Amino acid sequence: MESAINHNNQTKSDYQKVRAIVRKYGANRDSLVSILQDMQSEYRYLPEDALIMVAKELNLQLIQVYGVATFFKAFSLKPRGEHVVHVCLGTACHVRGALAVLDEVKRRLGIEAGETTEDMRFSLETVNCLGACALGPILVVDGEYHGQMSPGKVKKALRKYK
Amino acid sequence: MRKLSSAVELEQWRDQILSQRRAEKPCISICGGTGCHAYRSEDVADALAEEIERQGLNGEVELKVTGCHGFCERGPLVAVYPQKIFYQRVTRDDVPEIVAGAIMKRKIINRLLYVDPVSGKKAKFEHEVPFYKKQQRLVFGNNGIIDPKSVEDYMAIAGYSALSKVLFEMQPEGVIEEIRKSGLRGRGGGGFPTAGKWEECRNAPSSDGIRYVICNADEGDPGAYMDRSLLEGNPHSVIEGMIIGAYAIGSHHGYVYVRHEYPLAVTNLSMALEQARAYGLLGEDILGSGFGFDIKISRGGGAFVCGESTALMASLEGMIGEPRPKHIHTVVSGLNGKPSNLNNVETWANVPLIINRGADWYSQIGTEGSKGTKVFSLVGKINNTGLVEVPMGITLREIIYDIGGGIPNGKKFKAVQTGGPSGGCIPESLIDLPVDFDRLTEVGSMMGSGGMIVMDEDTCMVDIARYFIKFLTEESCGKCVPCREGLDRMLDILTDITEGKGKEEDIELLEELGGVIKETSLCALGGTAPNPVLSTLRYFRDEYEAHVRENRCPAGVCKALITFSIDEDKCTGCGVCARECPQGAITGEKKKLHVIDQDRCIKCGLCRDNCKFEAILVS
Amino acid sequence: MVELTIDGIKTRAPEGTTVLEAAQEMGIIIPTLCYHSGLSPYGACRVCIVEVVKGNRSSLEASCTLPVESGQVIMTNSERVTKARKLIVELLLASCPNSKTLQDMAANMGINKVRFKIKDRGCILCGLCVRYCKEQMKSGGIGFIGRGTSRRVATAFEMTPEECRNCGGCEWICPVCERACTAGNLIDGLCGGCQNLEPVETCPVCTGCSESVGPQGHKVY
Repeated sequence: MESAINHNNQTKSDYQKVRAIVRKYGANRDSLVSILQDMQSEYRYLPEDALIMVAKELNLQLIQVYGVATFFKAFSLKPRGEHVVHVCLGTACHVRGALAVLDEVKRRLGIEAGETTEDMRFSLETVNCLGACALGPILVVDGEYHGQMSPGKVKKALRKYK
Repeated sequence: MRKLSSAVELEQWRDQILSQRRAEKPCISICGGTGCHAYRSEDVADALAEEIERQGLNGEVELKVTGCHGFCERGPLVAVYPQKIFYQRVTRDDVPEIVAGAIMKRKIINRLLYVDPVSGKKAKFEHEVPFYKKQQRLVFGNNGIIDPKSVEDYMAIAGYSALSKVLFEMQPEGVIEEIRKSGLRGRGGGGFPTAGKWEECRNAPSSDGIRYVICNADEGDPGAYMDRSLLEGNPHSVIEGMIIGAYAIGSHHGYVYVRHEYPLAVTNLSMALEQARAYGLLGEDILGSGFGFDIKISRGGGAFVCGESTALMASLEGMIGEPRPKHIHTVVSGLNGKPSNLNNVETWANVPLIINRGADWYSQIGTEGSKGTKVFSLVGKINNTGLVEVPMGITLREIIYDIGGGIPNGKKFKAVQTGGPSGGCIPESLIDLPVDFDRLTEVGSMMGSGGMIVMDEDTCMVDIARYFIKFLTEESCGKCVPCREGLDRMLDILTDITEGKGKEEDIELLEELGGVIKETSLCALGGTAPNPVLSTLRYFRDEYEAHVRENRCPAGVCKALITFSIDEDKCTGCGVCARECPQGAITGEKKKLHVIDQDRCIKCGLCRDNCKFEAILVS
Repeated sequence: MVELTIDGIKTRAPEGTTVLEAAQEMGIIIPTLCYHSGLSPYGACRVCIVEVVKGNRSSLEASCTLPVESGQVIMTNSERVTKARKLIVELLLASCPNSKTLQDMAANMGINKVRFKIKDRGCILCGLCVRYCKEQMKSGGIGFIGRGTSRRVATAFEMTPEECRNCGGCEWICPVCERACTAGNLIDGLCGGCQNLEPVETCPVCTGCSESVGPQGHKVY
């Protein structure tokens, strides 16, 4: 997986992967979302050059690809951090005080939801229900679940990754 | 592994599978659903596997990692068969005893049993546990006894027998008739009679004969995770339902549109599809019947609006999830302009059940207008959080108290929210309401996909309304004015109210705005968006008025309207709160009463969380 | 041919036409913003809504995308329609106040208050420019990005698309940016339009500068 920090140093030859992904799903319009998802996993974001390449391969206007890339929450046009912190804001978690947890995470990391820290270590995202409502409120960092969160437990939970 | 090419071969294979299984063989079934996964059930599962190996019991005791068992509050959950002993809150340390106990039929580990908090009674078996007693787990129950990655397990529970019956003993019109007789209505939220949709799709003209059958697994309602658990735990049931539907409709192309946030569901479903293909249960010439049908998986990109049928189809076509007006139904012109039948995961899972047991049997369950069972995710301020499957017509009281175990910490029940962001809140006064499509709609809510969020006296209904509107403003596609701008301004007004800046006219303005957004929005997202606001206004108007007229939040939630203070009777002067306070707003000498500086306090609640003496008051 | 009733008058229209087109044929004026006869209908602004009566129930639908149906009973100006339409225009004003087209529409409908926070987006997202570029010029270099209140018309990566031929059609067809309101400072998002309650001093002779207001400020709809 390419490091997001090396973005500026990537050459066009790195986008061989893009061609492979397009081949995997087929160069048709209806494969667009799947293609972008694999690209997002691969690069941790959607690089401009890669999107231009996808548009060419699928014979679509660039704005069509760009429109899809900006519509869906799964995609980001900016590199995501090393650790992605997800705070669940589903109704069950909300009712159990998830907003207070989110506020505390925002305070500790110094960023708003959807942003990445300056040092590229952390990105903060909100999610609308992870389906683990018995453990609400929940924090997920890199796939690891931290349940029954409260503002007081945030410090400890994040310390592990700092 | 070879393709089966007749009904006889299917049954032969089934017999072969069953003959290799002993009903009395001990089996340890551990829940591998996401809820239990978050409780680290994987560790327990690994420990169980290791222990079975260590005790040399590899051929004697079977271990199954299954889908969600439903009682998420008490995970990790382990069931020991054949007795169906029910263990909850299992840890790694319990593993050796469980394995040893599995082969000794009378050995039950008492400390792992569920204890009823009211009666003190211990429940040995699943059916004795109050959470499960009133449920009727026709669709969901199989989750506990099959390994979702094993097609043989599915075969062992009569899997694909409905498909065989349909392909070789029934005509497509007959299948539609059977579904019509059963009274099955869509489980995704719309509640449309399923047979009617199938019939319209079948009869809609198609120049090249292409018709699509689609499964909506975009489960976007926050707090609802039934579809996920079904797809993860029993993917074949959904596949079988879709093939039967495709046969009835005359479709050969199917899609399952899975929400982006459900990777495990995609994995398990992909595996199941491959298995089905390998055995000739999917693909060309299914079971040698001449009928061909295959299914592709398509993943969502993180957009709630793509749960709406036209937006879903747009996304399938590779475009943004912008809904289209539905003057022409999607069953007539949908995906790629072809007749397309879209049904929810749970709806599809009900189909094999109806075919196997018959429409007459199915229609005995439920009420006049709503037949069968429904799976709900019972979450929020409730003791027994989890997924429950109940017959239609059961009352809310039974669900919340008998199954749900009531409200934690002795708090008072206030309302239950159903139908997600499209639904409404049902107050305590209506708690004896039978759960049924039409009854829920009558009181200003709706069945929706099955999310049931329980709220207590500490929940502010204005805050809840604001929460849903905020969610919807972030999910609105932005195409039409009433939804895009209207919901945004509704949010402004609700935010003002929760911050104590509400004006008297605001309440009526909310009603006016809500009415117009409902009537004029292009799609059902906007069309149902005002429901949470309108229903809370209907039943909890006094709370709105308290915020506006008295600058008071009766539930003690809205930050701008509450103050944190320290109870001088309880404060021991330990200083923990002062240390935790991020704003340095608490001062006091050691062992003396501490004080909160209101000007600095940001109401984060850290002090309350950390105080061991419950000395922090909120008013 | 399909028979339907609009505003109490029976009429016939070819199958495949929209209620808006059928009404226009009859000379009934329904206000529109995102509609243009030369482009595909979009149904985004919701200003053209009409009341569709079915038995004892009725619903509001956008007439520009509503196909005519036999036996339809349509009301273009009922109380329910005008009430909803007014609120929609009020919302539009709150999101794009500096538009003469919108101000005229508002004045005509008798809107004298905008009760919502003014957040000037500078665009009503009617999509006319997008459709013009795609359907008329066959270019498709501009489109919608983002969603919800972040949705806007843009080019990919803010660069001029290679498809752009500098035709200027996107500017020309825009119903709001071409006609910036010239009536001076807006008060709470309203200028009052040509049907000001106070006389407009800058216009000694009224020639009906706005299409939605006839000469001498007579109401058109």
